[in-house]
Amino acid sequence: MSAVTAEHDHDDHHDHGPEKGLLRWIITTNHKDIGTLYLLFALAMFFVGGMMALVIRAELFEPGMQFVSPQFFNSMTTMHALVMVFGAVMPAFVGFANWQIPLMIGAPDMALPRMNNMSFWMLVGGILLLASTLFMEGGAPASGWTLYPPLVLQTGAALPFAIFSVHMLGISSIMGAINIIATIFNMRAPKMTLMKMPLFVWTWLITAFLLIAIMPVFAGAVTMLLTDRFFDTSFFNAAGGGDPVLYQHIFWFFGHPEVYVMILPTFGVASTIIPVFARKPLFGYSSMVYATAAIAFLSFIVWAHHMFTVGMPMAGELYFMYATMLIAIPTGVKIFNWTATMWQGSMTFETPMLFSIAFVVLFTLGGFTGLMMALAPIDFQYHDTYFIVAHFHYTLVPASVFILMAGGYFWLPKWTGNMYDEKLAKLHFWLSAVSVNILFFPQHFLGLAGMPRRIPDYAVQFADWNMVSSVGAFIFGFSQLLFLYIVIHTIKGGTGEKVSDEVWEDAHKHGLEWTLPSPVPYHTFATPPEKIPTEHF
Amino acid sequence: MKTKQLFASLLLMAYGLGTAQADYTLNLMEGVTSISKDVYGLHMLVLWVCVFIGIVVFGAMFYSIYFHRKSRGYKASNFHESTKVEIIWTIIPTVILILLAIPATKVMLEMDDTKDSEMTIKVTGWQWKWEYEYLDSGIRFFSSLDEASNKARQLNSGIDPRTVPNYLLEVDKPLVVPINTKIRFLFTAADVIHSWWVPDLGWKKDTIPGFINEAWTSVEKAGTYRGQCTELCGKDHGFMPIVVIAMEKADYAAWVIEQKGEVVAQAAAAEQDWTQEDLIAKGEKVYANNCASCHMADGAGMAGTFPAISNSPLVTGDIDAQVELMLNGKGMMPAFGQMLDPVDFAAVTTFIRNGLGNAVGDSIQPSAIKSLQAAIPEVVYDDDDE
Repeated sequence: MSAVTAEHDHDDHHDHGPEKGLLRWIITTNHKDIGTLYLLFALAMFFVGGMMALVIRAELFEPGMQFVSPQFFNSMTTMHALVMVFGAVMPAFVGFANWQIPLMIGAPDMALPRMNNMSFWMLVGGILLLASTLFMEGGAPASGWTLYPPLVLQTGAALPFAIFSVHMLGISSIMGAINIIATIFNMRAPKMTLMKMPLFVWTWLITAFLLIAIMPVFAGAVTMLLTDRFFDTSFFNAAGGGDPVLYQHIFWFFGHPEVYVMILPTFGVASTIIPVFARKPLFGYSSMVYATAAIAFLSFIVWAHHMFTVGMPMAGELYFMYATMLIAIPTGVKIFNWTATMWQGSMTFETPMLFSIAFVVLFTLGGFTGLMMALAPIDFQYHDTYFIVAHFHYTLVPASVFILMAGGYFWLPKWTGNMYDEKLAKLHFWLSAVSVNILFFPQHFLGLAGMPRRIPDYAVQFADWNMVSSVGAFIFGFSQLLFLYIVIHTIKGGTGEKVSDEVWEDAHKHGLEWTLPSPVPYHTFATPPEKIPTEHF
Repeated sequence: MKTKQLFASLLLMAYGLGTAQADYTLNLMEGVTSISKDVYGLHMLVLWVCVFIGIVVFGAMFYSIYFHRKSRGYKASNFHESTKVEIIWTIIPTVILILLAIPATKVMLEMDDTKDSEMTIKVTGWQWKWEYEYLDSGIRFFSSLDEASNKARQLNSGIDPRTVPNYLLEVDKPLVVPINTKIRFLFTAADVIHSWWVPDLGWKKDTIPGFINEAWTSVEKAGTYRGQCTELCGKDHGFMPIVVIAMEKADYAAWVIEQKGEVVAQAAAAEQDWTQEDLIAKGEKVYANNCASCHMADGAGMAGTFPAISNSPLVTGDIDAQVELMLNGKGMMPAFGQMLDPVDFAAVTTFIRNGLGNAVGDSIQPSAIKSLQAAIPEVVYDDDDE
């Protein structure tokens, strides 16, 4: 990608540019190059995980088994989740962090550039190892991404490889998180105090702490699976004095904050984009920061709401129900603040704004169903049905994934100096926004009507909505090829229109990155900026 | 603009609704127990609360999107802080949450109260069937997917699921319970975690190997209620339905007597001498219901996961070694010692040795199996895959 090659004429800092050829990408320590690598890798994995989802939706198009065996179907649901979580959404946000955090805080690069390179390649290794399990004897893991024992211990040759790939992905995430924390704490421009940082930087700072706290927990849990299987321990084996539910507690102590790892940076990007197109400062900046911190804190003390049906004591059920309900308060504050930011603004609706508004609306729908399932007695009905599948996909696809698209359209002109094709981008938005609802909304009905999740075939009364959902899935999936085309087209020159330094009207009031030339030079902020935008004060 | 798209999808759904089948539901079912009705009430309450909040928030947002746009020449104001509204929109949701928590806590406590139950049924999850044991009357049986569904659900079976009555929601032997009786359920599992869910009863409960969970129900209306396993439990997770038949108390009493008679008949059958032909004929059916999902209908197995039975050295070798493996299981192979009665066990053993391309020629009598089964301890955990 030639987009990030040096543009020396804009930069008074004349040192070396990038390496030539392929080696540039392998040994690079430049935050922009590494950000690009992360984003391209995430985009590729988005398509890989998406194809797995289409295998699932193709099999579920009609009742009866038409295409795959039940075992392979289970492998697909498992691998789809693992690839999307660890290969697509998380790396994409790390890509944004690499590109944007130094630009937003006025730093020349990330604090630990070599570790930055290592954490990217470790991610690639981890995902390749995971993908290789598809070709192993007994097939890829098929126990769901939660890897619950005792079922997961029935996995064939793939089990140790899947576990080691989790270890690698964990190390990669922890290194990335350390890097982000070190950068934010040590490399901000002199005048940028913590409470003047852009919200994207804030949300990533908090996310990085979450990652450091949870990834070792997950690594520990899967290591216990490994020793249970190969070294005769009985952590999760009742016959040996262990407890299968213990694994679930450990997993969800990781797993619940993990879902906030995917949503907090989403909040950050939305809080960055909405003010620019509303031409108004973000409403309630400090309450946004506190709400993010509150959500992060609560995420550690609500894990067992994923396990209401395992038979916890009443006190446990009630505690986890109340604690979970509390999350609605800071999340509500965020949604109200975004609405208030739009209120009496002077709004325009370029593609990044469209995706952001769709995010606010559809994430709120996911939040509503989240509140419903927080109530333990009704979760006894919702649990492990398609209602849950609809809920978490609403909080991930039209939320995290839409915001990734929004961020892509928002920053790509800045990074490449080229404008994307607005007409095509709007087409991409409308196709995605309509089809994502055709895909996931009927799944609410299916779940309430009694369809369990993770089943390859279903009773005939579920046939109609499954068909609608599958049609939506294929429209949504193929619409993303349009995104791929738009991104490549933009990188190669886009509409040919020369974008200004601030790209979006008055964007320079909202962030340091818009004070830099477009495209952004290979090296930026060799000396820290004197002034910082003060729009949100 | 978002409204347009929401309307579009709603229209599509309304169209789908028109063509939907009669028993199609969009919402949670109210169910047939006092608990399920409370759960339904709570569900509707929180649903309407969400709808109301949604109307307010999205209303404000769409008003703003329509009126506060640059193309209408609207000039942006510059406000960006107000402690007062921040406090208001923290307090209002808090109050709503407290109002929701009160009824939720009530229903929760009610669900937990298994005291004064009139009978107890122990449910054990197996890969991939349910075992029901009536602790008060000693009736015990397995319940698995019925034959018609099982045939139709094979990959490219050529059978249209729409022609199969209650496709995937029918079992060979349903759970029978009396109405208006407080029934306590105990849940456990033999291999991996399963979850027992009949939506009309209003809850689901995980069945966990080595642990016992509790729940209760009291069905108010006679009828047939269907459900499924809801915790991923391996390849046939989607194929272990639950059927509960709730009967008037008198009918139930008659059913219990009939079942007890069957237990006696079964015990007598196990004492008889069976001919090889009879064993093979019976064994073929037992094989189709219990073995074919892994070892395949023709005994070819699945390379790498499930060994072939045809020409297997184990099957064509010493009969005692084969019986030993089937009794106690190994790795993913379940222990059939507790799952099959002596007649079925002897029949399928004999069938396997003389069918599916094998022709060993010998057979084993139910009485022999019976004495072997008697030696198995009550609960066997599959603790190792070696």
